[in-house]
Amino acid sequence: MANFTRRKFLQVTGGAVAVSSLGFPAIVGAASKKVVVVGGGVGGATAAKYIRMADSSIDVTLIEPNTEYYTCFMSNEVLSGHRTMDSIKVTYDGLKGHGVNVVHDTVTDIDAAGKKVMTAGGKTFAYDRCIVAPGISFASNIEGYDEAAMKTMPHAWKAGEQTVILRKQLEAMDDGGVVAIAAPPNPFRCPPGPYERACQIAMYLRAKKPKSKLIILDAKDKFSKQGLFMQAFERHHAGIVEWVSAEKGGKVTRVDAATNTLYVGDTAHKVAVANVIPAQTAGAIAIKAGLTDDKGWCPIDGRSFESTIHKNVHVIGDASVATPLPKSGYAANSEGKVAAAAVVDLLNGREPGDPALVNTCYSVVGPDDAISVAKVYDLKDGKLNGVEGSGGLTSKDSSPEMRAREVDYAYSWFANIKKDSWG
Amino acid sequence: MGCNKKALVALIGSVFMAGTTQVLAGSSASMMANTCAGCHGTNGQSAGPASPNLAGMSESYFNDSMKAFKEGTRPATIMDRIAKGYSDEQIETMAGFFAGQPVYKAMVPHDAAKAKAGAETYDKSCAKCHDEGGSLPGDDAGILAGQWLPWLQYSMADFKAGNREMPKKMAKQVEKLSDAEIDAVLNYFASQK
Ligand SMILES: Cc1cc2nc3c(=O)[nH]c(=O)nc-3n(C[C@H](O)[C@H](O)[C@H](O)COP(=O)(O)OP(=O)(O)OC[C@H]3O[C@@H](n4cnc5c(N)ncnc54)[C@H](O)[C@@H]3O)c2cc1C
Repeated sequence: MANFTRRKFLQVTGGAVAVSSLGFPAIVGAASKKVVVVGGGVGGATAAKYIRMADSSIDVTLIEPNTEYYTCFMSNEVLSGHRTMDSIKVTYDGLKGHGVNVVHDTVTDIDAAGKKVMTAGGKTFAYDRCIVAPGISFASNIEGYDEAAMKTMPHAWKAGEQTVILRKQLEAMDDGGVVAIAAPPNPFRCPPGPYERACQIAMYLRAKKPKSKLIILDAKDKFSKQGLFMQAFERHHAGIVEWVSAEKGGKVTRVDAATNTLYVGDTAHKVAVANVIPAQTAGAIAIKAGLTDDKGWCPIDGRSFESTIHKNVHVIGDASVATPLPKSGYAANSEGKVAAAAVVDLLNGREPGDPALVNTCYSVVGPDDAISVAKVYDLKDGKLNGVEGSGGLTSKDSSPEMRAREVDYAYSWFANIKKDSWG
Repeated sequence: MGCNKKALVALIGSVFMAGTTQVLAGSSASMMANTCAGCHGTNGQSAGPASPNLAGMSESYFNDSMKAFKEGTRPATIMDRIAKGYSDEQIETMAGFFAGQPVYKAMVPHDAAKAKAGAETYDKSCAKCHDEGGSLPGDDAGILAGQWLPWLQYSMADFKAGNREMPKKMAKQVEKLSDAEIDAVLNYFASQK
């Protein structure tokens, strides 16, 4: 209530302050609390929007190089030809509507001591609180997989140009070709993602190139929703999809982009299409800014998502260590709201309240067949905690009717998360 | 009657608005309710095509639904798993949040001819409890006006299959309706602006 009155007062007095800037120094100070958000993906966009929704007196600047963002979620359906690139595109107009100052630039450094952010465009942005949400960068666990190799052996693990390259390769491939997905080691963005991708590509192959095969070469011995995916491989993609665990010779150690060959030790897999998803770390800027631990991810305090390394800097989304939450879009959205509420509280001189989070991840695994995993999270003994008894997986025995409903709810999730984050 | 209900909802809404910050121990109402938005839209205004709007839903309907999901007495794809993450008190807190939101009627794709035919069935069989085109957050009735059509259809399918219990009065009416009439009336609800 007090907050509301103050805000109203500021709106009313805004004009007067502009004319006589000496008039109300204390109020001017309060009105110009500044938040800089680094990265306009799911996490950053959500945080920016929810800060403005909770307290429109806070000045929020979001810095993001791209004027259009392509969601990774549902990009696997672009690979299968089920949807277009346009359908996974979002713009920043919605955020501008919430009064977020959107700047298209790349952050080159964060000076946590001086509380400012520097950009490639040569600008400096001062902040009271900074929210860092740069997503992921790729680590070099696979010899020969460099920037050049990415052009011909796409990862398609950041949606956009990479998704288009992979889709075009699938379209150009002859019937009877082999598609390989090199799945990454933990932890990585979207744990069920490589396996949903296998299902989506397999649907395309069955329809258009039925003599083709898809092999998943995995750096792991087990993976997310494994039982349900194995069921889907059998139910919908038998004879097409084969999963090879690390133990059974799945761990890709080297690639040769010139010949489109993946190597597991000395064993060569020369394939028609190679989708190589390397190991990951927090986005490069988080590393540059000294926000990462020795494993390359950003440790945070679960109540506020404030970095445990640098004060006044919050890290959300894939870049943060938010275990037991997975690195997912839903988690990034949920974390964005927790950080937003904490930042609003802190800038208004209040202690942040208890966080509440949810994760829900759908995978469309076959025609009229989707599966999901969900969990509710809170803070227990100062740590993020999966609420006991909550969540879990779609039942292996769920009926075709319920699986078909999950497809509808997957698409509902997609529509709503886009709007909730950027709209 | 209708007016009273509306006033009550408005009152609950304003009490809630004044009490958002840290009245209760634990997470605030908005903190918890915001976690629903990934599937049900910001403030419970769903972008569809199937997840229902929660905005403006009555507290009792929200509470009953979540508790039924939790106990497994209402068919679900995922809500059974999610509802188990909350105490009854937390559910009530979220119910207060959504009841405090204005009713949201989405622009739902529907069959206009069916919707027109459905209006008659509505008047005859549904209007008594689902007042004002199903837009009034009555005690035990969900918001049906401007509600996403696949969700309305799934709900009715569950009722008809006996997987979800109908209130006695509803069962009596539904029994008299043909599949075509039900289809039409669901389109009518979806069409309400
Ligand atoms: C194939 C695939 C399928 C997926 N499916 C799902 C799904 O079904 N459900 C789900 O919940 N999740 C899914 N995900 C995961 C989801 O996409 C990520 O978890 C989510 O995008 C993480 O959000 P983020 O904000 O941390 O990072 P991002 O969304 O990647 O955003 C990071 C942003 O930061 C910007 N940035 C980076 N560096 C800088 C800098 N120096 N300066 C300024 N800006 C910078 C980038 O341009 C980018 O826009 C999927 C992922 C993949 C790859």
